[in-house]
Amino acid sequence: MKNETFEKSLEELENIANELERGNLSLEKSIETFEKGIKLSKECSEKLDKAEKRINILVQTENGLEEENFIVNE
Amino acid sequence: METKIYSVSQLNKYVKMVFDKNTFLYNISIRGEITNFKAHYTGHLYFTLKDETSSIKCVMFKGHAESVKFKINDGMKVVIEGQVSVYEANGTYQIYCKKMIPEGLGELYLAYEQLKVKLETEGLFDELNKKSLPYLPTRVGIITSKTGAVVQDIINITNRRYGKMDLLIYPASVQGANVAETVILGIKTFNALNNVEVIIIARGGGSFEDLFGFNDEKLAREIYNSNIPIISAVGHETDFTICDFVSDLRAPTPSAAAELVYPQMSDLIIKIESYKNRSKKAILNYLDRKKEYVKRLKLSKLEKVPLDIINNYRLKIDAVLKYNENKLHLKLEKSKSRYLQVVSKIDALSPLKTLTRGYIVAQDNTGAVIAKTNQVKSGDNLKLTFIDGKVNVIVE
Repeated sequence: MKNETFEKSLEELENIANELERGNLSLEKSIETFEKGIKLSKECSEKLDKAEKRINILVQTENGLEEENFIVNE
Repeated sequence: METKIYSVSQLNKYVKMVFDKNTFLYNISIRGEITNFKAHYTGHLYFTLKDETSSIKCVMFKGHAESVKFKINDGMKVVIEGQVSVYEANGTYQIYCKKMIPEGLGELYLAYEQLKVKLETEGLFDELNKKSLPYLPTRVGIITSKTGAVVQDIINITNRRYGKMDLLIYPASVQGANVAETVILGIKTFNALNNVEVIIIARGGGSFEDLFGFNDEKLAREIYNSNIPIISAVGHETDFTICDFVSDLRAPTPSAAAELVYPQMSDLIIKIESYKNRSKKAILNYLDRKKEYVKRLKLSKLEKVPLDIINNYRLKIDAVLKYNENKLHLKLEKSKSRYLQVVSKIDALSPLKTLTRGYIVAQDNTGAVIAKTNQVKSGDNLKLTFIDGKVNVIVE
């Protein structure tokens, strides 16, 4: 899942919740919308879970620029 | 020989006189750094001016002090103009200051203002040209000093807010003469690697001179031309640099830049969960309502209801048909009587009808109808039309 789609998914998820709460959809459309909502919420959660913390610094070496782990002073 | 003995006040008076007679000391400009600055409640200013090896006391009386337009602080480098004289009461010589201008700052500030106007006129600060920041960037590039509090602040803030940040630091010099050069290189590097979605240029607070490296024309153009959006977080909220104006977004502090880039992770999780739960609750409610509806339908006179509805419609249709039929009949009758009226009118006006009563129509050889005697003369050929045919005659 791309990041720009994360924002859109979150927005869509909100719209789905609102739409379902209004309760004006047909039975079939309601179920379909609900399924989409669950799928989106799962994707969004996964995206956040999967991200990993990484702090690197660019260092000039004889092979050119390289990334090194940046030591954080707590 | 007897030595003449003087009093202290006589000596001080004499020395003061010597000083005051000297035209060189009467009006002199001195460059130095301000220290021990005190603004007395009377409006007079007392301070010491120093350089690397020496210092001299200075006083600026209220009348002159009021002409100074900037705020004076310790450590400020200035050029003062005044008279060197002696304070008789304690025998110290000092500068009686008449004018004060900030050294260096004046020139730098002028350069800053001029560059700002130039770039603004060229449109480098236009909101239209500013790139929007990505939401939740995959990776964030930071151009800053690898030592010092700024980089730590950014890491701490992002860690607290988001936890799973992905930062790539480009170590740059953010103080001294080669600020612009290294920051430009940082921007070029990130654009070439193209591995970050947003760049933060960060530096802690400092004096106008400390931050002056960020008022560089080449740096401004590099920021403007960057394909990656750039946040400027240079100095404190009150410090403005050209870098701030040309960047896509200005953060008041480096920490604020971190907050602009990374959302609060807990907020995101709460949002997702709440939308999910609201959807679940809503769909369950919806299904309950539908079930209830079906149940109620079953309990009602389900069999009878549809027939009643159909019969009602039938009656309605019949009534409509009848109404339309009547209307059609009426219209037909009306048309018929109108037709007969028109026919009889036409009949009455017909020239044929007149001919049956014995009248004839006379025409000359061009076909024109002859209605009066002066239209004919002797020998004219006329055509007479009777009810049953035509006759040609000659007028006598």
